[in-house]
Amino acid sequence: MTAQQAVDHAGRDINTQAGDVLLKVEGAVKNFPIKQGIIFQKEVARVHAVSGVDLEVRSGETLGLVGETGCGKSTLARLIAGLYPMTSGRITFDGSDITNLPRKKMRPFRRDIQMIFQDPYGSLNPRRRVGSIIGDPFDIHGVADGAERKKRVQELMEVVGLNPEHFNRFPAEFSGGQRQRIGVARALALRPKLIICDEPVSALDVSIQAQVINLLDDLQNEFGLTYIFIAHDLSVVRHVSDRVAVMYLGKIMEFGPVDDLYGLPRHPYTNALLSAVPVPDPDRADTRERVILRGDVPSPVNPPSGCPFHPRCPKAQDICVEQMPPLEPVFDDPPEHRVACHFPVPEGEDISQCTPGIDQSGTGPLVGADLSAVATGS
Amino acid sequence: MTVIAADEVAQQKAGGPGHDIPPQKAIEGRTPLQLAWARLKKDRVSIACLIVIIVLVLVAIFANQLTSLIGHPPNEQYRDKGLAPNGLPVGPGGFFLLGGDDVGRDILSRIIHGTRVSLLVGVVATALAVLIGVSVGTMAGYFGGRVDTVLSRTMDVFLSFPFLLFAISLVSVFSPSVRISIFVIAFFTWANVGRIVRGQVLSIREKEYVEAARSLGAGDFRIMVVDVLPNLVAPILVYSTLLIPTAIVFEATLSFLGLGVPIPTPTWGNMISESQGTYLQAPGFLIFPSLALFITTLAFNLLGDGLRDALDPRAARVLARK
Repeated sequence: MTAQQAVDHAGRDINTQAGDVLLKVEGAVKNFPIKQGIIFQKEVARVHAVSGVDLEVRSGETLGLVGETGCGKSTLARLIAGLYPMTSGRITFDGSDITNLPRKKMRPFRRDIQMIFQDPYGSLNPRRRVGSIIGDPFDIHGVADGAERKKRVQELMEVVGLNPEHFNRFPAEFSGGQRQRIGVARALALRPKLIICDEPVSALDVSIQAQVINLLDDLQNEFGLTYIFIAHDLSVVRHVSDRVAVMYLGKIMEFGPVDDLYGLPRHPYTNALLSAVPVPDPDRADTRERVILRGDVPSPVNPPSGCPFHPRCPKAQDICVEQMPPLEPVFDDPPEHRVACHFPVPEGEDISQCTPGIDQSGTGPLVGADLSAVATGS
Repeated sequence: MTVIAADEVAQQKAGGPGHDIPPQKAIEGRTPLQLAWARLKKDRVSIACLIVIIVLVLVAIFANQLTSLIGHPPNEQYRDKGLAPNGLPVGPGGFFLLGGDDVGRDILSRIIHGTRVSLLVGVVATALAVLIGVSVGTMAGYFGGRVDTVLSRTMDVFLSFPFLLFAISLVSVFSPSVRISIFVIAFFTWANVGRIVRGQVLSIREKEYVEAARSLGAGDFRIMVVDVLPNLVAPILVYSTLLIPTAIVFEATLSFLGLGVPIPTPTWGNMISESQGTYLQAPGFLIFPSLALFITTLAFNLLGDGLRDALDPRAARVLARK
C-alpha cells in the first residue's frame, strides 16, 4: 500500500497532507488495577498492559503492529480510540491533544478515528438489523435520518461488497467474511481519517482473509484512509503495512519500514518471530535455522526489569537486566529503522548459536514455547 | 496487492450464489422474536396454556356481562334458594351451577369476578417489579464499580426481608386495598428481576458490539437502551411469565389472611378463606376457587417454560439430550 493524497470526502478541512504525522502517541502507559474484596475493594496488583509506547502514524500509510498474545497491541489500539482512559502519556491527533478527553469533547474526534474489531460475531449486535447497525454512526452523530440514512447505508453496503437489498437482515444471516464487511461499512460511515483495525482478519478463513484485506486496500486508495493494522500473523502484516512496529510486553522493540524490518531484523525478538514464519518450500524449511525461545511470555502483572525480553533472549547480558535500551537506529540503518536493543543482531549472525551471559534458569523449560502458532495466526 | 476474489465480491453484489430468492422480492429478515414465535407454535402445551390465559383474560374483561348472563350478581345473597334448609351451602348443579357459598352467593359468579382481581394484581405487580428490576439491574450491571456495589447490596436487603411478615405489617399500616396488594408484591419481587438482569448485563457489556457503539461516540443511556436491552428481552419475557403466577399466589395468600382486597369484593384467596368453616359439608366451596387458582398458575408456569425453550433453542436441546 502506498501513501496517498488525503482526499476530502466529508467536506471538512484537511490539515494533513499525505506523509504528515496524523497521530502521535508519546509515552503511553496503561495499567489495569487488580482489585480484591467484596465491598471495600483494595488494589492488590497491576497489569502493565502498555508501558511507555512512542509511535507516530503518518497520513495515508498503514502501520502494522505485531506481537504475541497479551503484548498490549489491543490495549494500545483502544487507548488511541479513546475507549480506555490512559494512565499517563499523550495522544495527539491531527494537531489536537485528545488525551483522556471527556466524552462530549471526544465526540468530534470519534468521527475521524474508527475501529474495526477482531470478532465478526461479537462486534455486531445479534438483535439488530444490519441496516440499523451500519446506520448507527449517522444516528449517533445526527448526520442523516429517514430515507437519506437508508440511502447512505445502502451505498456503504455496496462499497464494501454487500448486497444493499440485505439491509433488513440480521447478522446471524451472514457469513463471517460478510459480517466483517458490515463492520468495515460501519467504520467507514463517517468518512474517518484513521481506522484502527484490531486483528480484522484473524477470525476469518484464509481465503476470506484475502478478500477482506483486498477490500481494506481498495478503500484506502479510494478514501485516502490511514490504517493502524494490528495482527499476529506476520505475513499478513508484511503484505499490508508500510511500516511495522513489533511489541513485546507493552513496549515497542523494533520499528521500521516493512522491507527493512523484514529484510534485516535487528532485535533478537524480531528474529525469533520471523524465523517462526512457515516457509512454503519443504527443502528450505528443513535447512533453515529456527530460533526457539525459552519459556513463556512473563506475566504483565510483574514484568521483568530492564529490557522485558531479557529472560528469554539468547543475547542477554547483565546490562539488559538493569537498563531498558532506547529505541534508536543501529549500525548503518536508515534513521527510520529503530530498535530497542543493547546487542542488535548484525547481518548474517545466527542468533540460535548465541548463549546468554546471564542466568535464565527461572524462565521455564529449555524446550520452550514454539512461536510458529503465533506466526501463522492459528 | 493482488485482487484474489473479485468475482466473489461480484457474486455477493448479485445476491450470492447460495440465495435462490429473486432479488426483486423484498428481503425481510425474521426477527429473533418471530423465530421464537414459530417455534412456540409447534409446542402444543404452550399453545394450550396460551389459550387458557386468553380465555382467563376475556373472562376478566367481560366479568359483568358473564354474570348477568348467569343471572346471579357476585355479591347477591340468595338466602332462600342458595342455602340448604339446614343453613349449609347448596351443592353444585342445583340452583347454582357450581354451588353456593355459606351466605348463599353464586360461587361461579364470584370466581369469574375473582379472575379480575387475580389477573390485575398478577400482571400489574409483575409489570411494576420488572420495570424497577430491569432499570436497577441494568444500571448495576452496566456501570459496575460503586454503583453496582450500592445497588446490589440494596437488592440483597430486599431479598432478605421475610415476605409474609413484612407484607402483613405493611398492609396493616396502610389498610388493605388492591393498590396496596400490588405495591407490596412488587416491592418484594423486583429484586429477583434485578439480580437476573444484572447478571445478564455483566456479560453483555463486555461484548465487542458495546465497545463498537462506544467507539462511535454513543452515550451510556443509548448503549443501555439500544444495545443492551434488546438482548434482555428473552430472559425478561420468560421471567415475567413465571413471576405472574407467583404474584397471583401472593395476592391469594394476602386475601386468605384477610389482608388483600377487602370483602365483599370476591377474590380466589378470600373465597378459600371463607370456605374454611364449611368445606367438609360443601367441598365445592373450597375446590372450585382453588381449582381456578391452580389452573391459572399452571398455565402461566407452563407457558413460561415453553417460552424459555422457544427463545433459547440451544437450552431446549441440551435438556432433551438428558
